[in-house]
Amino acid sequence: MEEFDGEPTVTWIPGVNSQKKQMCFDWGPGEMLVCETSFNKKEKSEMVAGCPFIHIIRKDIDVYSKILRKLFNESHGIFVGLQRIEEELTGKSRKAQLVRVSKNYRSVIRACMEEMHQFAVADKDSAIGRQFSSQVSILSAMELIWNLCEILFIEVAPAGPLLLYLLDWVRLHVCEVDSLSADVLGSENPSKHESFWNLPGNTQTLTELELRWQHWHEECERHLQDGTFASNPHLESLCKVLLGDDAALLEHKELLSNWYHFLVTRLLYSQPTVKPMDLHLYAQSSLDLFLGGESSPEPLDNILMAAFEFDIHQVIKECSIALSNWWFVAHLTDLLDHCKLLQSHNLYFGSNMREFLLLEYASGLFAHHSLWQLGVDYCDHCPELGRVSLELHIERIPLTTEQKALKVLRVCEQRQMTEQVRSICKVLAMKAVRNNRLGSALSWSIRAKDAAFATLVSDRFLRDYCERGCFSDLDLIDNLGPAMMLSDRLTFLGKYREFHRLYGEKCFVDAASLLLSLMTSQIAPRSFWMTLLTDALPLLEQKQVIFSAEQTYELLRCLEDLTSGRPLCGEPDAQQLQDDDIETTKVEILRLALARNLARSVIKEGSLEGS
Amino acid sequence: MFVARSIAADHKDLIHDVSFDFHGRRMATCSSDQSVKVWDKSESGEWHCTASWKTHSGSVWRVTWAHPEFGQVLASCSFDRTAAVWEEIVGESNDKLRGQSHWVKRTTLVDSRTSVTDVKFAPKHMGLMLATCSADGIVRIYEAPDVMNLSQWSLQHEISCKLSCSCISWNPSSSRAHAPMIAVGSDDSSPNAMAKVQIFEYNENTRKYAKAETLLTVTDPVHDIAFAPNLGRSFHILAIATKDVRIFTLKPVRKELTSSGGPTKFEIHIVAQFDNHNSQVWRVSWNITGTVLASSGDDGCVRLWKGNSSVEELLLYVDTLEFSLRNVNSEIF
Repeated sequence: MEEFDGEPTVTWIPGVNSQKKQMCFDWGPGEMLVCETSFNKKEKSEMVAGCPFIHIIRKDIDVYSKILRKLFNESHGIFVGLQRIEEELTGKSRKAQLVRVSKNYRSVIRACMEEMHQFAVADKDSAIGRQFSSQVSILSAMELIWNLCEILFIEVAPAGPLLLYLLDWVRLHVCEVDSLSADVLGSENPSKHESFWNLPGNTQTLTELELRWQHWHEECERHLQDGTFASNPHLESLCKVLLGDDAALLEHKELLSNWYHFLVTRLLYSQPTVKPMDLHLYAQSSLDLFLGGESSPEPLDNILMAAFEFDIHQVIKECSIALSNWWFVAHLTDLLDHCKLLQSHNLYFGSNMREFLLLEYASGLFAHHSLWQLGVDYCDHCPELGRVSLELHIERIPLTTEQKALKVLRVCEQRQMTEQVRSICKVLAMKAVRNNRLGSALSWSIRAKDAAFATLVSDRFLRDYCERGCFSDLDLIDNLGPAMMLSDRLTFLGKYREFHRLYGEKCFVDAASLLLSLMTSQIAPRSFWMTLLTDALPLLEQKQVIFSAEQTYELLRCLEDLTSGRPLCGEPDAQQLQDDDIETTKVEILRLALARNLARSVIKEGSLEGS
Repeated sequence: MFVARSIAADHKDLIHDVSFDFHGRRMATCSSDQSVKVWDKSESGEWHCTASWKTHSGSVWRVTWAHPEFGQVLASCSFDRTAAVWEEIVGESNDKLRGQSHWVKRTTLVDSRTSVTDVKFAPKHMGLMLATCSADGIVRIYEAPDVMNLSQWSLQHEISCKLSCSCISWNPSSSRAHAPMIAVGSDDSSPNAMAKVQIFEYNENTRKYAKAETLLTVTDPVHDIAFAPNLGRSFHILAIATKDVRIFTLKPVRKELTSSGGPTKFEIHIVAQFDNHNSQVWRVSWNITGTVLASSGDDGCVRLWKGNSSVEELLLYVDTLEFSLRNVNSEIF
C-alpha cells in the first residue's frame, strides 16, 4: 500500500451546525449530494430546529467552462490526429511530427491562458476575477511543465543545444531574464559573447564548442585573478557571474524569479554544454541553493525536478496529484506513450497507465451535456478498457431530448453495443408508455428489437382502439414494414390496421380475407376475436356477397370456438360469454348475419354467371 | 477545485439518506419525519422538489431508485419494520404545469419483525428484484415477475445472517462468469458477534443463496458496504465502512479446485485501510467506473480516495481531497 503524498485539499462547505458532524451522501455524474445527518439510529432523534440542507458539490469549472470547453475541443482534435499518425514514420520525421503535436498542445494551452487573462484583468477586484487569475497561473504552470517535458523527452535535446532550449524555456516563462542578459551583454568583450552564441550547433561540433568556451572561460578567470576589475566592484561581480560563480549569482537573487531560472543561468555560465544525464545534479543543487533552507519545495518544484531527473513516471504521478483536472496528465502521458517512452521506463502499470488516465479524463467529459461526444473518441482509442468504460458511461447520459437520444444510439449502433441500444431504447420506451405516448413507445421498442415490450405496447394500442374506436399514431403503424415481424402482437396490430385501411378503400373482398386470416392463423389474440367478428358484421350486411361460403363456415367455426368458452392453452383471457347480456346479443346478431350470408353465398356460388 | 451550494431540504427532521437516480437528474431524500421527497433537476441546473409524501409510520432509513428500464420506481425502508415500493404516476396536465408529480405505493413488504435497515435493488440483468435487511438479522430478496405490474412481489429468499444487519450491497457485475452475489454488513455490537461481513452467492443448482465467505478480519461494527463497479476485472472489490475505511479484493478461486456445486471460494486480500477520518466511518460509495471511493465519517468530512492503477493490478489508493462541514466565512461560495 502506498503512502499518500501531500495533504489533501480541503473544500469547505458552508454548513450551519458544526455540532452535526455526520454526513450521508451520494455520487452523481458530475455532482455529489451531501446531507447532515445522524447515524445513531438506536435513539429516536430529538426534533431538530430548522431545516437541514442538501449540499450540492461539483467541480468548479463552471465559471470558466466556456473557455475550457474550447481547450477540451481543440485538444481533442490534436489527440485524435495524434492517434492517426502514420506508424511507419520513424526516426527524424516521426520525432519532428511528435514535436509538432507537442507544440500544438502548448499553443492551445496558451490560447486558453490568454482568454482567461482577459477576464482576469477585466474583473480584477472581484472573487471571480481572482479565480480567473489563479486559473491562469495553473495553466501557466502546466505549459511550463509541458514545455520542459517536450525539451527533455520528446525533442530529446542532446548536449549543446540542450542549454539553448532551456534558455528559451526560461525566457518564455520568466520575463526578468531579459534584464539580466542585458546586464551581461553590457559587459566587456561583448563581441566574444555574440560570436559565442552564434550557433545553433550546426556549424560547430560539440567538442569545438567546448574548446572555445573553455578558452574564453580561462581568459575570464585570468582577468579576475589579475585583478583587472579590482577597481570596479560592479565589474568584478559581473565577471564572477560570467564565470558561473554561485555566490555571485545568488547575490542578484532578486533578478532570478525561481530556482530553475537560477539553474539555467548557472549552466549558461559554468556548463553550457551540459549533458542531459548530468542535468539533475545541477537541478538539485540549484533548488537547494536557491531555497537556501528558508522554504520547502512546492509541488511544481517537485514536478520539474522529476523531469530533470528524467523520471517520467514520477512526473506523471506528481501531476496527477497536484492537478485537479485529468486533462493535463492524460494528454501528456498519451503523447509520451506515442514517443514510446512509457514502456522503456518499465512502469509497473505499463501501457495501462495511458488508458487509465485517458479514461479518467473521459469520465469527466461524459458528465457534460455536449462534451460527452469527445469522451467517446477517447474511449475508442483505448483498446483494452475503452469499450467497457464507454458501455458504462453511455447508458448514464441523460436523454433530455430526442435528438440527443438519437445521437447516443447512433454511437452505440456504430460500435455494435447491442445491449446498450436495447437498454437505452427500453428506458425511452418505458418513459413513453408512462406518458401514454404509445407511438413513441412502439418505435423505441422496435429499435431495441425488444419483442416482449413491442407486444406490450401493441396490446395497449389495441386496448386503446377498443375503448376509443380509433387508432392513434396511424402513420407509424401504417409504415411498420418488416419491423412488424418483431412480435406476433405487433404483426397483428399492423395487419389489423391494414384491414381497416382496406375497408376504408372499399377493397371489401381483400379486407374480408385478411380479417378471416387473422383469426385462422392464430395471430389475433383470442381476447380480440369478438371485436374482429363484430368488424365482420358490416361486411356481412353489404348488398353484395363478400364472404364466400367457405369463409362463412370458417367464421361460424370461430364464433363457436369463442362461445363454447374453451380456452386455448396459453390463452389465459378467454371470455366467458354466457354471463354477459350484451355479448349474448352480439352473438345472436352475428349468428343471424352469418346464416344469412351463408345462404346468399351458397346461392351465388351455385348459380350460373349472370343469372 | 470544488464548489458547493445548498438548497433547503424542507424536511422536518433529520435526513437519513439521499440518493441520485440512474442519470443524476433526479434525487430522493428520506427522513425521520417519515416522508420521502423527490427532487428534479431543471435544464438550468436548479433542483426543485416535485413530490413530498408520507411513506412510513417511523423514521425512513434509506431510499433507493430502480433502474429506469423499469420506469420511475423507488423503494424505501423504515423503522416501522416495513419496506415499500413506489411508482410515479404521470399526473394531470395541471400538476405538470405546477411542476408536481404524484407517487403511489405499489406494495408494502411486511415480513420483517424489526426495523428494516437497508433496501437495495438488484442489478438490472437480474430483473426487477430487491433485497432488504433488518435488525432481526434476516436478508430478504423479493422479485416482481411482471415488471408492468408492480403490485405483485414475491418473497424469493430469506437469508439468515444471525446478526443484526445494517447494510447490503449487490455485486453489480453482469458478467456471466459471476453468479449473483450480495454482501451483508452487521453493526451488531454484542461480544460474540464475529462475522460482521458476510458474502452470499446464488447457486444455480440449488436455486438458493449460500454463504460464500465471511471477512473474518472485520470485527468492528460495519455501517456501510459497497461493491465497486466492475470494468472487466476478474476479481471483485468491496469497500467497507467500519471503524475505518477498508477495501478488499475477492479473487474467485478456479472452480475445479473446489468441490463442484458449492459456492465459489475466494482469495481475500485487504488492499487499503484508511483511518484518516479518525472516527467511525458511516458511508462508502463508489463512482461510476469504480475508480474513486467516497467515504464519510464522524469527523464531518467526506473523503475521496483515488485509485492509481487499473484492472488486474492491485489498486493503490491516495487520499486526494476532503470536504468538510464547518461554519465558514465567505471565502468559498
